[in-house]
Amino acid sequence: MRDLLAIEDLDRAQIEAVLDRAESFAEVGRRDIKKVPTLRGRTIVTLFFEASTRTSSSFELAAKRLSADVVSVKAAGSSVDKGESLKDTVATLSAYDPAAIVIRHPHAGAAKLVSRWTEAAVVNAGDGKHEHPSQALLDVYTLRRRLGDLDGRRIWIVGDVLHSRVARSNLVAFRELGAEVTVAGPPTLIPRGIEQLGCDVAYDLEGLAEADVVYALRMQRERMSETFVPSLREYAAHFQIDGRRLGPRQLLMHPGPVNRGVELSGEVIDSSRSLIAEQVASGLVVRMAILYEILAGSERPEPVGDGDGGSEQPTPIGQPA
Amino acid sequence: MTALDARPGEAANLLLRGVSVLDPVAGIDASHDVVIRDGRIAELAAPGAAPEDGLEVVEGEGLHAFPAFFDPHVHLRVPGQEHKEDMETGTRAAAAGGYCGILAMANTVPPVSTAADVEALRERARREASIPVGFLATVTCDMEGGELTEMAELRDAGAVGFSDDGLPIRSARVLRRALQYQRLCGGTIALHEEDTELSGDGVMHEGPVSAALGLAGIPSVSESTTIARDAALAGYEGSRIHVQHLSAAESVAVVRAAKEAGVAITCEATPHHLCLTDEEVRSLDAVRFKMNPPLRGEEDRAALLEGLREGTIDCIATDHAPHHEDEKEVPFEGAAMGVTGLEAAFAALHTYLVLPGVLDLGLVVERLAGGAEPFGIERPSLAPGGEANVVLCDLDAEWIVGEDGYESRARNCWCAGHTLRGRVLTTVAAGRVAYRLRSFSMGVA
Repeated sequence: MRDLLAIEDLDRAQIEAVLDRAESFAEVGRRDIKKVPTLRGRTIVTLFFEASTRTSSSFELAAKRLSADVVSVKAAGSSVDKGESLKDTVATLSAYDPAAIVIRHPHAGAAKLVSRWTEAAVVNAGDGKHEHPSQALLDVYTLRRRLGDLDGRRIWIVGDVLHSRVARSNLVAFRELGAEVTVAGPPTLIPRGIEQLGCDVAYDLEGLAEADVVYALRMQRERMSETFVPSLREYAAHFQIDGRRLGPRQLLMHPGPVNRGVELSGEVIDSSRSLIAEQVASGLVVRMAILYEILAGSERPEPVGDGDGGSEQPTPIGQPA
Repeated sequence: MTALDARPGEAANLLLRGVSVLDPVAGIDASHDVVIRDGRIAELAAPGAAPEDGLEVVEGEGLHAFPAFFDPHVHLRVPGQEHKEDMETGTRAAAAGGYCGILAMANTVPPVSTAADVEALRERARREASIPVGFLATVTCDMEGGELTEMAELRDAGAVGFSDDGLPIRSARVLRRALQYQRLCGGTIALHEEDTELSGDGVMHEGPVSAALGLAGIPSVSESTTIARDAALAGYEGSRIHVQHLSAAESVAVVRAAKEAGVAITCEATPHHLCLTDEEVRSLDAVRFKMNPPLRGEEDRAALLEGLREGTIDCIATDHAPHHEDEKEVPFEGAAMGVTGLEAAFAALHTYLVLPGVLDLGLVVERLAGGAEPFGIERPSLAPGGEANVVLCDLDAEWIVGEDGYESRARNCWCAGHTLRGRVLTTVAAGRVAYRLRSFSMGVA
């Protein structure tokens, strides 16, 4: 794996390699000193053209835990504000010879284009409404830890599928790992032809009880002004996941940030069925694993130990790449 | 009389020896010596029969001669966007593609909205254009969709017709006034058909591919509903309209029905819509695959091909839309709409549609010259006696699009990098040699 541009590009073995690697980093996270020297002396640039809290901070922290030098560039206040093109920005940053560029951009295909313009490995941290592969990987990692595996599990993705890169990447990742996926939401927010990605489509939550996992999407308030839904009130009445709709054995996920009282009720967010906090925690180790796999993975033997043998360190960690 | 303008040049005196001549409209399909004297088709003689008689002789054995093509939909970007294309590069690209005439769209910067604009462009064409160019003027002032341009004065200045291409005329009331006014001034009104309310911020065809890519879709009905409205208006007013770049199956059905109802409506389709589908967009390559209307589904492409065969679609037009690399080499949503196609249109149609047996060569040749008549311009013909408008092709020659660069200033060709079969060797436009492929040496008598 040279770059991580889209879940679409990965096969099951490649996805599982990242998940396995993340397991080994979870062990590191339980130590007092949480930093390993794997990427010492190497530079990672994060380039965010869109607002982000959890993705940018977890990529930065992941890079730092791997001992890389991190340069964080945000569009606001940068030369991008002064009209510099993406190509020129990438050329400028590439002059620092970074090992990897982590990019988020409001338009589809940005990460792929950047990978053509730089020698650095490129990680897609969200390109428009297209893909958000690191989110999908942390979500399947979280689920795999809870459920063992995803084969035959039923997962419902509920909400604004039309505008969600998370929905697209997760749909592909869930299917690749053997789950059955249903997307559900108001008909105005379900893209025409989505069923050809191999999912079922529902325009109400009548059948939600069959789901093993309910993955709720963020409902953006500006969608109302675009008349996708008449009101948040009506949306919540039909699609909010609350204590009444979420069964006792169903797991709840959400990519954050949550609109409390819109797509989720407060009671389910804080319930034991919610994996939302675990998702955030998984984000760090999975992003460490992603950086590791693209920058050090191919040159390294597989780590020994399965993560629960506390004293047994995975071989590659702790050695400079 | 409609005015096309080009740089003056020496009249051609050529003898195409033993060339396969195909002009379906004139009923010519045989090997001939094509004698071009003083810029006119003097004679179609039996192979080997015509005397050299001071003519430049081209050995035409194994080569084909067709009526040169006419493209009613080209963006020359003059005035104002010469970093994309200009009169000289655009007409050279057209000549290299086998065209003997083109119509330039009016969505320039500023738009062509006054008689002075048209006169200046015609003057420039007489200095810089390799082949005859006709100019459309906008329907509404500065393409703002409100007031009509001084259509009668524009026609007097030589505007071939009218179009706000690039944008639809959103107001049915405004379009209706223009259609009424056409009774005074003439001039076909060419229409970019799109309901921008339905297109929204769409950047590609709405369907399974847009769903998979997370790109906002432009539904087929954005085009077809507007065509239906405008065909009804044209029928009601008894006016003549030309529908530009048809892309959707629903649109073909609407135009077919309008023609059956007797509306004076013609339409065009582009080579890229005839050859490609939205599957190409999976590459997220905006340079080659982002345009408006967008590449649509396979059933749409099939409907366009059927429309071409049955005559619902009158002509093939490239919608040659040059852009600078800086406007194209950006992530998909941010990239400019449009692709170039003049230089490779024939070769692409020959490679992807004629050779596999989807369309007859004769049909493609006929429709590539079919863009003249909808605008009241005489169709290029190989019938003896007429002005020479001839394209000489080698149907077996293979070439890679863009390998040796382009005549066009722009590089955003939809089939860039494709290996195509069929190459234009020479173009004679309005009686003069407008293009010769460099590697094709002409024998001199």
